[in-house]
Amino acid sequence: MRGLRQIFAVTWLNLRNLPQRAGSSVVAVIGVASVVLVFAAVLSMAKGFERTLISAGSDDTAIIMRSGSTSELNSGISNDQALIIANSSGVLKDGDTAVMSAELYVIVDLKKKSSKTDANVPFRGVQPGAFAVRNGVTLVEGRMFETGKNEIIVGRAAQQEFEGLNTGSTMRFGQTEWRIVGAFEANGGVSESELWTDVITLQNAYRRGNSFQSVRVRLQSTGSLQELRDSLEADPRIDPDVMSEKEYYSSQAAPLSRFIKLIGYPLTILMSIGAVFGALNSMYSSVSVRGKEIATLRALGFGPISILFSTMIESTLLALAGGVLGGILAYLVFNGFQVSTLGASFSQVVFDFAVTPDLLVDGLYAALIIGAFGGLFPAIRAARLPVAQALREL
Amino acid sequence: MSEILARLQGVSRIYQKGKEKVEVLHELNLEIPKGDFIAIMGPSGSGKTTLLNLLGGLDKPTAGTVNVGGAELSSMSNSQLSHWRSTNVGFIFQFYNLLPVLTALRNVELPLLLTNFNSRERVRRASIALDIVGLADRAKHYPRELSGGQEQRVAIARAIVSDPSLLLCDEPTGDLDRETADEILRLLQVLNREHGKTIVMVTHDAQAADYANRTLHCDKGTLEAREAA
Amino acid sequence: MKYFRLIWKNAWRKKIRTSLTILSVFVAFLLFALLSGIGYAFRGGVDVADAERLIIIDKISLINPLPMSYMSRVAATDGVESVTHASWFGGYYQEPRNQFGQFPVDPQSYFDMYPEFNMPAEQLEAFKRNRTGAVVGKELADTYGWKVGDRIPLQATIWTKADGSRTWEFDLEGIFSADDARGSTALMLFQYDYFEEARAFAKGTVGWYILRVAKGADPVRVANAIDLQFANSPNETKTSTEAAFAQSFTKQFGNIALIVTLILGAVFFTLLLVSGNTMSQSVRERISELAVLKTLGFGDRTVLGIVLSESILIMLLGGLLGLGLGWLIVQGLAKEMGAFLPGVFLSPAAIAGGVAMMIVAGILAGIFPALKAMRLSIIEALARA
Repeated sequence: MRGLRQIFAVTWLNLRNLPQRAGSSVVAVIGVASVVLVFAAVLSMAKGFERTLISAGSDDTAIIMRSGSTSELNSGISNDQALIIANSSGVLKDGDTAVMSAELYVIVDLKKKSSKTDANVPFRGVQPGAFAVRNGVTLVEGRMFETGKNEIIVGRAAQQEFEGLNTGSTMRFGQTEWRIVGAFEANGGVSESELWTDVITLQNAYRRGNSFQSVRVRLQSTGSLQELRDSLEADPRIDPDVMSEKEYYSSQAAPLSRFIKLIGYPLTILMSIGAVFGALNSMYSSVSVRGKEIATLRALGFGPISILFSTMIESTLLALAGGVLGGILAYLVFNGFQVSTLGASFSQVVFDFAVTPDLLVDGLYAALIIGAFGGLFPAIRAARLPVAQALREL
Repeated sequence: MSEILARLQGVSRIYQKGKEKVEVLHELNLEIPKGDFIAIMGPSGSGKTTLLNLLGGLDKPTAGTVNVGGAELSSMSNSQLSHWRSTNVGFIFQFYNLLPVLTALRNVELPLLLTNFNSRERVRRASIALDIVGLADRAKHYPRELSGGQEQRVAIARAIVSDPSLLLCDEPTGDLDRETADEILRLLQVLNREHGKTIVMVTHDAQAADYANRTLHCDKGTLEAREAA
Repeated sequence: MKYFRLIWKNAWRKKIRTSLTILSVFVAFLLFALLSGIGYAFRGGVDVADAERLIIIDKISLINPLPMSYMSRVAATDGVESVTHASWFGGYYQEPRNQFGQFPVDPQSYFDMYPEFNMPAEQLEAFKRNRTGAVVGKELADTYGWKVGDRIPLQATIWTKADGSRTWEFDLEGIFSADDARGSTALMLFQYDYFEEARAFAKGTVGWYILRVAKGADPVRVANAIDLQFANSPNETKTSTEAAFAQSFTKQFGNIALIVTLILGAVFFTLLLVSGNTMSQSVRERISELAVLKTLGFGDRTVLGIVLSESILIMLLGGLLGLGLGWLIVQGLAKEMGAFLPGVFLSPAAIAGGVAMMIVAGILAGIFPALKAMRLSIIEALARA
């Protein structure tokens, strides 16, 4: 107990004269803050991207593409095959009709509002079942497009990110004019980065005959996925890849998300090492400035352990302060910041930076580690300061 | 009558301390002949250090003129004074003021960095200076490896290395024990008598003052000669 | 500089402090080198784009193919010296994650269009003679350990063969390298004739055209002339310079450059704080020494210079080490990531920029302490001591 009280007393003393060492202390705090800030910024990109993509995918919806396609763009499903799918077991039916949407998309060029540069945006042709096979997609403005007419509804995120997509305006793609008649939201999911129209209209405009790229169906139950897969794989007229929509989007998100993490984690580690050097510098300087005080305390009878711990605690508290500062800044500056980037299949995905609680906690862990390492050696030096010499030198 | 090296005429130095004006030197006149060795004694705050600073071009008088070796210090700019100091004055301080990161030789070499001598020439001259003060064998030592007396001797070598005509010493033996102090003072005498250096030494040690040719007393900003008993 | 010894010794007066500061600088510039190197890849070869080559794609979308019939019409356009074409195969080798550029081309005219690709003449001949022949870039050959004579199968994801299968097999007839280290060779080229004959659909089309502008002709006018020719046709074209085309991709990544700049900004801000703190402590500790230098005759500006030089020296020591190591790592990364992110490269411009930043950072970190040193009053400093 005496030891604990000593530690407490010395720590208190340390912290009270921190203002005298303000310069070095501020440097340590800011050093750690910038590490946490960058860490949170870069990883919140990955989180935001993942969240957009994965939240879009439903467990109750299966997506069927031609086997071996790495994405919808590479796939091809004929009209006949779409009918086969409609009649497979495992597919949810609304009365007599399957709840499904056979779809096809092309890439169109739109200008980003922010940079005025061109971007590739998915222009998707859907069947009436498109809303039903997806979770949480609702029309929020205007009206649904009519079949047989060149009418488009736009995703809310696309509308915000790209020029010329306001309800009521007209877009020209190639030689065809399209009228924008409404906008939809999809819980921030990937569909919001898209433009939708009737699939037959799209097929005609782009001379795709009556072929599709993918078919989405609602499953009777989450467990029916295997049933559907078995039924389709057994059929010789079709060679499908059957997976849940959630699985599909995860695989699409994986490359970019992995890439960001591949860059983000080493970057953070490297910055943390730099921060450790900065913290070490601050703590060594702090110890040397406090030399007389430490020597006096030792002469008075305070044990080396109390000196060691108090120094470590000082270092850790400074680092934590930096971590909290960095986290708050990251949240204020980056959270919800909307950006769009090239997703899979050469097309844009609009997403928000997501500074999530677990990211902030990770940031604090990093700060703690930096604080511990930054304080250890200086603390040992402080504890081992030769008392007599220190008192004499002053 | 030997040539006058330094002449102060009507020199006053007034400092502004907040609202108060403090007159440290009052209409002081002083003539220092070439080759002289004078000691200046007086209580703290009497202005003796200020007098030294004026002689060395570290400070400028509020009134009056300071002329050393023909140069009118009171009318020179800071950069002119810097340049003038490097070849005309050597300073010796109570606390040696050697650079701890340099060896004895390199400390002595410092003033020569301001000249155009090449590296070899600089080292040669610095070695000679160290030799004169009897520390040739300590050339590669750092100040922390030297005793107080040795450090002061290095400082003296540094002060003479660019062959200035005037040496200004501020309490040079203040931090030394009796025996070492005597060594240092004897060295100063050698520099004065054998090498012709003009020396002005501020001290509060009467025994140190005995090594000089004459002693002046500085009190309340004025000087007067007082014969030693 | 004759003051070098003084500056060096002063810099190291507190060894631990200086070492740690140098290490901080080292980390900062290592990061700079790595981020520059990777950022360069995102510029998509903009810097090596040939100013006289134009790319023609379908106006609506990059992925729409263009009719083969356009070739002769483009060749006949005023200002066009030569034309060739290429298409996107988009398959993978062995596993779906092994993706890289695979283009069916016309061998002779393609290599004529890209003189920066070097391949022994006999390999080109062998390629031309073999319908199922293919050539790959050195980067790709290194990554997968391919040698001339190997049989390389690709799995198609888009292009099913007429016979229903999706495996396309090729004989490796040659390996080419690029003149410039920056040009990516993570490419595989094979015969368009074979592609056209064996694919199940989209016959008679190509992915895009590449043309060389005749000497003296204005690329912009030629581009407009071409697009005008095909305006209002079922396949309208968009012709742009190679550089603009490359940039249109990198711009899609949403300003990677901005993100990198922001990160580096945070890193440098911190670095300046750390070094600035070190320098200010260093000067504070030796006020009396600086005063002594002045009494010896060192001018105010000389003292300023000495302190600034110390700060710059520390930056250079750490920075050059960091750049050096960074350069080594970028070399390694370029090899490792060559197939999926080609063009990782630390450019001379980046290196020069880094060194300039070291000097600027040294000045910024040291300027306040240096000014303090310059302005200190000798008398006050000595009196305090």
